[in-house]
Amino acid sequence: MPISPALIKEFQGVIGAEQVFTEDADLQCYSYDAAVLTPVMPALAIAPTTQEQLCKCVKLAYDNDMPITVRGSGTNLSGSTIPQKAGSVVILTNRLNRILEINEEDLYAVVEPGVITAQFAAAVTAKGLFYPPDPGSQSISTLGGNVAHNAGGLRGLKYGVTKDYIMGMEIVDFNGELVKTGSRTVKYVTGYNMAALMAASEGTLGIFSNIIFKLVPPPKASKAMLAEFDDVNKASASVAGIISGHIVPCTLEFLDNNCIKYVEADTKAGLPVDAAAILLIEVDGGHPQLVEEDAAKVMEVCRKCGSTNIRIAQTAEEKFKIWEARRNALPALARARPTTVLEDATVPRSQIPAMVAAVNEIAKKYKLEIGTFGHAGDGNLHPTILCDRRDKEEFARVEAAVDEIFDVALKLKGTLSGEHGIGLAKAKWMEKETNRATIDFNLRLRRALDPKMLFNAGKKFV
Amino acid sequence: MSENTQNTKPVSTELQALADRLLKLDDLLISCMRCGFCLSVCPVYGATMKEADACRGKLALLDFLAHHMINDPEAVNDKLTRCLLCASCQAVCPSGVKIMDIFLHARSIVRDYLGLSSAEKLIFRGLMVRPKLFNFLLDLSAKFQGIFVREADATVGTSKAPMLSSVIGERHFPRLASTPFHSKVPSLDEAVGSSGLRVAFFPGCATDKIFPDVGEASLKALRKHGVGIVLPENLVCCGVPTLASGDVSSFNNMVRQNLAILGAEKFDYLVSPCATCASTIKELWPKMMQGYTQKEQDLVSSLSAKSIDITAFLVDVLKVSFTEKTSGGKRITYHDSCHLRKSLGVFAQPRAILKSLDGFSYVEMPEAERCCGSGGSFTIKHYDLSTNIGTRKRNNIVSVQPDTVAAACPACMMQLMDMLSQNGDAVKVRHVVELYADTL
Repeated sequence: MPISPALIKEFQGVIGAEQVFTEDADLQCYSYDAAVLTPVMPALAIAPTTQEQLCKCVKLAYDNDMPITVRGSGTNLSGSTIPQKAGSVVILTNRLNRILEINEEDLYAVVEPGVITAQFAAAVTAKGLFYPPDPGSQSISTLGGNVAHNAGGLRGLKYGVTKDYIMGMEIVDFNGELVKTGSRTVKYVTGYNMAALMAASEGTLGIFSNIIFKLVPPPKASKAMLAEFDDVNKASASVAGIISGHIVPCTLEFLDNNCIKYVEADTKAGLPVDAAAILLIEVDGGHPQLVEEDAAKVMEVCRKCGSTNIRIAQTAEEKFKIWEARRNALPALARARPTTVLEDATVPRSQIPAMVAAVNEIAKKYKLEIGTFGHAGDGNLHPTILCDRRDKEEFARVEAAVDEIFDVALKLKGTLSGEHGIGLAKAKWMEKETNRATIDFNLRLRRALDPKMLFNAGKKFV
Repeated sequence: MSENTQNTKPVSTELQALADRLLKLDDLLISCMRCGFCLSVCPVYGATMKEADACRGKLALLDFLAHHMINDPEAVNDKLTRCLLCASCQAVCPSGVKIMDIFLHARSIVRDYLGLSSAEKLIFRGLMVRPKLFNFLLDLSAKFQGIFVREADATVGTSKAPMLSSVIGERHFPRLASTPFHSKVPSLDEAVGSSGLRVAFFPGCATDKIFPDVGEASLKALRKHGVGIVLPENLVCCGVPTLASGDVSSFNNMVRQNLAILGAEKFDYLVSPCATCASTIKELWPKMMQGYTQKEQDLVSSLSAKSIDITAFLVDVLKVSFTEKTSGGKRITYHDSCHLRKSLGVFAQPRAILKSLDGFSYVEMPEAERCCGSGGSFTIKHYDLSTNIGTRKRNNIVSVQPDTVAAACPACMMQLMDMLSQNGDAVKVRHVVELYADTL
């Protein structure tokens, strides 16, 4: 659906001609994200550079009935930035990328939505503070996108995920007005907790104009360990033992045998290819002595649970080496075959052995290569299916396998997505996890905030 | 994504042929999983924040062009040329996409469809493949440049040419050397030295015509360590400008002329003070060998294996002991050339040399590994963009308040000189090997 030249002129009047993209070669580049889905080209893409421009653009698009998809860096794995509806405008937030304030006394920061996660974390670190959420795409993901997907990462178990750091925000509503919610204070009860509602809203309720994040003091010491197991159940028992021993590691990561083999084949780092699973564990805290004690307890639990080999890093170099296996998990899997379907079905952590066994069964049943790694402490696993999407017959088996992985996750009282989001990719399963009434309730909520249903139309709840 | 066919209009036979040739890259293109990690390091994306300027956007556009989802080769070509070929993307790509292979082949395929510009034809096919003529004309230009050129910044050593601004823009540039390297040292044919090694020296065009001092410093350093040097006459450009413009036939012409000259000599290493030449010979010559005889292919493989940057040669091969000095002195910082760090993996060696220098104290600049925005012909085609990227580099340099910034690539040196000079910064730009040779 072509847009009228008059409307294009209006957008150009608001943000300048060079920030309005109308050529196919530019628009095609906003037709995809990191999800393995069919690209859809928007009718228009615009890149406001100020809050005022953002508000005016939203109003102009909404008044002209244009479906609106907001895009940061387009790194999500759910298709939530693919402009599904005809005549869509993509609003780019990557030029709204100023860190407005880092307050060292009151431990908060105010940012625009297009600030890159890792750059923000580095700026916070430079001030002697800590912003823990570290999604895998942090080197380029935007904080707005992190909020919209409630992005997690490796530190979720101890430090929580993006939603745990949102103190408040300003949201552009469908009228292009700024709505304020939350506060710079620890306590806040004046109004609905709209900021919490915005976490994982995937661009369906409003558009973030700026966000207030909580910051914390950084840990003063940390210890990393690697434990090998000849049985996934023993690894899982170790996870349970660590938690019930009242130790909360900052990271507690899991690689299954397939994944270990792929990493070893790719890196020749000397990983135990016979191990059924390895756990990568890091404890941190405010006092080196306490961290040492926690590390010792973790090692003891792993040993008691039957770990066949356990190593602790004594130097920064050894720590880097221990984490190498985890860093290389996705690259090793991604290099093995042309297409990488990265899922994030999540189960209660006690169900990890059942989930891993089920994934391996499904791989066998559909004759697929699947490597599984993930966040054992959260039960958030990443079964990663390796395939070639050009092979239609194989890809049909992949889709059937994904269906079955979700079925198992739900049967184990888990959820469709721990951190990647629903977007286009998983919308059709939403009713299965909940029920029709839940979908309808959410749609009514959505309609109240977006009467024309233009905000990321066709996503999340349909 | 190939099943999506948004454009169903019939396409011309030429366009179909273009798509068919691009489809041969499909096995390479398919491995991009669109994760977007390349955006985080792309210098052009960093300057414009436009997806089409980043590697992921370009790979998507090539995929779409091959599958008729976009039928506008001119537009795709415009995007493709907005790339420095710095390979920063390839260095961080988790799926190991062979990005440089894709871009170089795609540039050639799209070029074949669109044709070369007349200026490119004149320079590549008329001039650069004829080293004697090329040298003659530039020698002549060096003598007459005084008519047009005025001093811009005495410390940096740059000039400007307001009368020529319609051709070269407002850039500040080092003058063409009044006596180019090939006039100072026409050829060498030394015996194996006390080190037991004999190397061929490949100065590269920029060393020859703009920075002959870098060439002389290289010879001084090699001789100091007992290395015999062979420098054949009439070496041709390594070919990278033609390859970047998609002119594979001129590229092959230049490579073959060099093969004929270098193939007649016996040496252990092919040493260059130019990161771009060293990486082109090592990485790109072997990639473009369609139609080569077996003998030519063997020669390319052998030269590729022997190709080495001079700082890596000093540190890794000659094992010169560079001990870190803490005596202090003038502040010096270092810029990582993309072709050196990302293509050849050389970054510790030049730093080791700089840290050993008497009278200097080394200081690391922020984002030292980020591209300076030169990219050879990129800076000529996209001077504004190049300046935008270069300004970030300039800001990083001056943030550590150095007296001197070192690099190991003449193309980067020209860009750093332009950026510093434009801002009136009194910072010297020197090649690592020049600084080392000063101490000998």
